Amino acid sequence: MDSITVLMTSPMSDYLENQLKDRFNLVKLWTYSSKTDFFKHNSHSIRAIVGNTKIGADAELIDSLPELEIVSSYSVGLDKIDLRKCQEKGIRVTNTPDVLTDDVADVAMGLMLAVVRRVCECDRFVRRGLWPKGDFRLTNKFSGMQVGIVGLGRIGSAIAKRAEAFGCPISYYSRSEKPETNYKYFSNIIDLAVNCQILVVACALTEETHHIVNREVIDALGPEGILINIGRGSHIDEPELVSALLEGRLGGAGLDVYENEPEVPEQLFGLENVVLMPHVGSDTVETTDAMADLVIKNLEAHFLKKPLLTPVV
Amino acid sequence: MATPNHPGNHDHQSKELPQVLVLEPPPIMKLHGDQFLNDFQLLKAWESPLPLDQFLSIHAQSVKALLTPGRYPLTRNILQLLPSLQLVVTTSAGLNHIDLPEFQRRGIAIASAGDVYSEDVADMAVGLLIDVLRKISAADRYVRKGLWDTKAEFPLGSKLCSKRVGIVGLGSIGQEVAKRLQAFGCRIMYTSRNKKPSVSYPYYSNVLELAADSDVLIICCGLTEQTRHMINKDVMLALGKEGVVINIGRGAIINEKELVQCLVQRELAGAGLDVFENEPHVPRELLTMDNVVLSPHRAVRTPESLTAMCEHVKGNLEAFFSNKPLLSPVMNI
Repeated sequence: MDSITVLMTSPMSDYLENQLKDRFNLVKLWTYSSKTDFFKHNSHSIRAIVGNTKIGADAELIDSLPELEIVSSYSVGLDKIDLRKCQEKGIRVTNTPDVLTDDVADVAMGLMLAVVRRVCECDRFVRRGLWPKGDFRLTNKFSGMQVGIVGLGRIGSAIAKRAEAFGCPISYYSRSEKPETNYKYFSNIIDLAVNCQILVVACALTEETHHIVNREVIDALGPEGILINIGRGSHIDEPELVSALLEGRLGGAGLDVYENEPEVPEQLFGLENVVLMPHVGSDTVETTDAMADLVIKNLEAHFLKKPLLTPVV
Repeated sequence: MATPNHPGNHDHQSKELPQVLVLEPPPIMKLHGDQFLNDFQLLKAWESPLPLDQFLSIHAQSVKALLTPGRYPLTRNILQLLPSLQLVVTTSAGLNHIDLPEFQRRGIAIASAGDVYSEDVADMAVGLLIDVLRKISAADRYVRKGLWDTKAEFPLGSKLCSKRVGIVGLGSIGQEVAKRLQAFGCRIMYTSRNKKPSVSYPYYSNVLELAADSDVLIICCGLTEQTRHMINKDVMLALGKEGVVINIGRGAIINEKELVQCLVQRELAGAGLDVFENEPHVPRELLTMDNVVLSPHRAVRTPESLTAMCEHVKGNLEAFFSNKPLLSPVMNI
């Protein structure tokens, strides 16, 4: 299939890049100094896009590639893809669900434990040589804390299953109630925030969920409450989050995603009740390879006219 | 009749209360005061100007119960000065500060911390493991240093699901750790003094074989003569270059010098440690490693645990003085 031209939008995985190079004619968007230059050389040959959470396939890109047949995203999130445009033009879209569910859920749990039990702060305390001068203070107990999950999809459910093993009562807000679980359902996010101690954002980013965690929700969660975000930065009104943390109106936060990655509000750097990660929720050796394999398998299936493995559109 | 003038006995009424000797205040007393023990008359040895052996000879000859923290070694010498002692209540999860054979010989009962701390310690063990495998503290350092927008790429972590986790010591704490990690899809195996017929995890009779079949070792056992330096270079080499060690037991269960060597020589992938051989001193090589997570022996330090321990201590003392079974007697010495 090396006559088929595939566009990779950003450097996301060496393994994936090599796999694509072996099988297709690979074009790398980031090697072009200008958009015009890129389009001049490639607009009529590209039949597939491999995008990720940084650069997907927006309307402009889709419109400028008349031979585009499929967008295979190296992510489960679809917020960087103009799905409506793809649907209109009959362009297929695939993502990487399931293979990364465990890893993202693990990071959510790791962030919860790190914030509540101050794991990172303890580590800093020891490294700075402060232990001989006096003991570290108390931290709150984690087991049994009430966990509220926004979005009970694959990732939200995986988080719930893990938190349950710590005796945490689980409640959730989702587009629809899931009667097959025995978790407590709230029909709106404010009630969920009022009734939990740790609020975890685990839903997809859509127009409806943009800034779903706003000042009102943060106030409802309160000065003892903890916010964990492993969804998308834009789920949370970031300036509101920062001021709530600086003013002590929120108890703590564990964040893997931000509104303008890779920018992270520097005012958070001096806070001890915050744990910051650089969008690595699915970044393990095992999972990144599995995601890459899924991208490749979807592309091969498409060009061999076989059923797609994980189609979205 | 004149009341004897010794510490803790201020009025006629308190002569009726059962006496409890306290050599050094346990953390719960330092943080909560001693009101939770108002039903007892506390003999506070540390408040006396007398040297300990004199104090005990004068005031503690008829004392039946002793409350002790974890850091205070209860040796034969002290026991010799307490001829009436029948019970020791310890607030520590570990028992390595107690000369167990000597206590057994004298028929002195020991009330342990029971499972008051088990959830908190298990939470810390899991927190340390996720941090080491997914590099949470390292990621936090990376972001705070402003490295995200630079060429310094953050390295990939390692998946928890399907990891073979070898638990060393399947007591109350080990079982809480196992329960949690099962929910993450880890495969649990264990070694313990005795096989536990009520659990279905595969049992290994020695730690070397366990290490050979594991990706992670979590040290959840107590420190005894048998377990001192049990985790040595052989065990760590058997665990392998991708192996991770988590220690929430006692520092001396691991040969710390050999642990540092293995980490420096990359014979081990990482470690999460809440305890060390010479606390509060931590080997300086560890202080600059990105693949270790260090904690200052804080696994049990939550307000909830400390409050629960006050109730637990009170419960054990009440049981003893009313001739009822102890809440958490130590058997199988």
